[in-house]
Amino acid sequence: MWRFVLKRMASALFVMFSISVLVFLIFFATPGTDPAVRVLGGKNVSPQTVREVRHDYGLDRPLPVQYALMMKKLFITRNLQSFVSRSQVVPQIVAAAPVTFSLVLGASVLWILFAIGLGMLAAVFRGTALDVMVMVIGLIGISMPVFWLGAEVNNVSQHLYHHSFLFSWVPPPGYVPLTQSPLGWFKSLLLPWLTLSVLYIGLYARVLRSSLVEAQEEDYVRTARAKGLTERRVLLRHSLRTSLIAFVSLFGLDFGALVGGGALLVEVVFNLHGLGWLTYTSLGQFDLPVIMATVIYAAFFVVVVNAAVDLLYALLDPRVRHV
Amino acid sequence: MLGVFIAIVLLCLAAPLYAHDVAHTHPFVSTPDGTTIVNGKRVPVMPPSTTGLGLGSTPIGPTWDVHHYFLGADNLGRDVAARLLYGGRNSLLIGFLAGLITCIAGTIIGVAAGFFGGVTDGVISRVLEIIWAFPVYLFAICLSIVLINQDFVLGPLRIGSGSLALPIVIIGVVYIPYVARPVRGETLSLRRREFVEASIGLGASRTRLLRKDILPNVATTVIVLFPLVMAIAMLTEAALSFLNIGVQPPNASWGTIIQDGTSALLYTQPTVALAPGIAIAVTVLALNVLGDGIRDALDPRAKVRRRG
Repeated sequence: MWRFVLKRMASALFVMFSISVLVFLIFFATPGTDPAVRVLGGKNVSPQTVREVRHDYGLDRPLPVQYALMMKKLFITRNLQSFVSRSQVVPQIVAAAPVTFSLVLGASVLWILFAIGLGMLAAVFRGTALDVMVMVIGLIGISMPVFWLGAEVNNVSQHLYHHSFLFSWVPPPGYVPLTQSPLGWFKSLLLPWLTLSVLYIGLYARVLRSSLVEAQEEDYVRTARAKGLTERRVLLRHSLRTSLIAFVSLFGLDFGALVGGGALLVEVVFNLHGLGWLTYTSLGQFDLPVIMATVIYAAFFVVVVNAAVDLLYALLDPRVRHV
Repeated sequence: MLGVFIAIVLLCLAAPLYAHDVAHTHPFVSTPDGTTIVNGKRVPVMPPSTTGLGLGSTPIGPTWDVHHYFLGADNLGRDVAARLLYGGRNSLLIGFLAGLITCIAGTIIGVAAGFFGGVTDGVISRVLEIIWAFPVYLFAICLSIVLINQDFVLGPLRIGSGSLALPIVIIGVVYIPYVARPVRGETLSLRRREFVEASIGLGASRTRLLRKDILPNVATTVIVLFPLVMAIAMLTEAALSFLNIGVQPPNASWGTIIQDGTSALLYTQPTVALAPGIAIAVTVLALNVLGDGIRDALDPRAKVRRRG
């Protein structure tokens, strides 16, 4: 097990390093683009000013030195400055992280609980209308653009039916910190959570259903039945446990898409000032250091979570450890 | 569902016909002072607001008359129905070409890694692993923001900042591992099959092996993947355009129309956001169903990662 843990961590570190190099190269070494001109808004400026800006940000140094400086500013001294507002980037990220974290965590919990529930229902009642419905919901879920769904949810809950009993509790879009008011936090995030998780619930229910159905045919399930265990116990203790392995590993894969894509778009639509929102506002201003910092931090987070999921996977399934 | 998809494609291809011969509107020129005919009366396209403070103007809602502002106007007085069709052409084109780039490049890279093995495989697999671990949207955002608003010049190659080629190439590139990884696995397992060994035993050259044995068998996997890749490419295009780093104005795509519709008109003229969203959802749904159908028909074992 320890060998596996060490190997997995080494590979995660390698991927993190490569991603940081890749992002850095995209932003500061793409041929035909000049970050210094970007800083000045692309206007016609004297070569003198461009040179000064370049020197200020260390853009006149060789690339490896630039990279090392950038990483030092990002992770060690944490004083990377925004091109636009000249404010420090890392404190903004630290302030934004709880928002994104709340959003992603809540959505994941809803996503997993509902998917397991629906998947088990579909497996138990397979071949019925319920089963078909779960499949259709799954297909529709992955076909909708999440930001559009969020905007329509806003339209319904903030405008069209805001005064009906259904949505009168919905606060205006925005984040309420957990420490300030737990109930407000929950209210402000419930609709974003649902929006984000709806996309995946059906798909995951389908995945779980098919592996449950497969597991029902396995020998050990037949043995369990032959021992006289109740059908419920067979389902929960035998089939579900094995089926969860595939479920967990797939979750690890999609978690990255959730943090990098879905959460970003949902934050923009629901006006939650998290990492995604920070990225979005910086996109509008071409604030490269902020975008780079948010992207690298988010990507690192995803890599770490993926590694954690793999370790969990190895814990669930001993066969994986011997790769 | 295939019928629905074909209908959408045909409708979008007929966009100029609709705009010029039926609706007589221009999808990309703003006409805030324009007028149109509703119930036989001539009304302005942008009537003054009656709600709120009564300032500014609100574009007219759907007339449900195919000849005039079928789906109403957007905040620049442009016909939403015409823009929806023109935007659909761009969305479909980007999805299709990006999917094509992904599938072709993914096949070449995957087959090269699986067939040649050794160092080639090691390098390719490592690079794919890195891109795989990098959340796709973040990767696409990085590439787009750097390339999108400055002309991209590389030697003799020059791509204008508003060109559709940028989102096509960017989206095509970021999804390459989605195709390359399964293709690599497929090639690896094909190499160990008896018929390939028989070919080698008969003295077939590498080129012949690739052309006659590997590629035709890998093609099944890629054909199954194509509609699904096109579906996620279209969703990605919509997301990038929504973030203002995809298709650039005055050009339109379904993503940019949703952006227009949600930024200012969500409560006053909801059809602007509703219509393209439904269009994307239906098209992507059709592609997903199509992909599942092809997979069941050709290769029941193939699996693909799909994401929103």
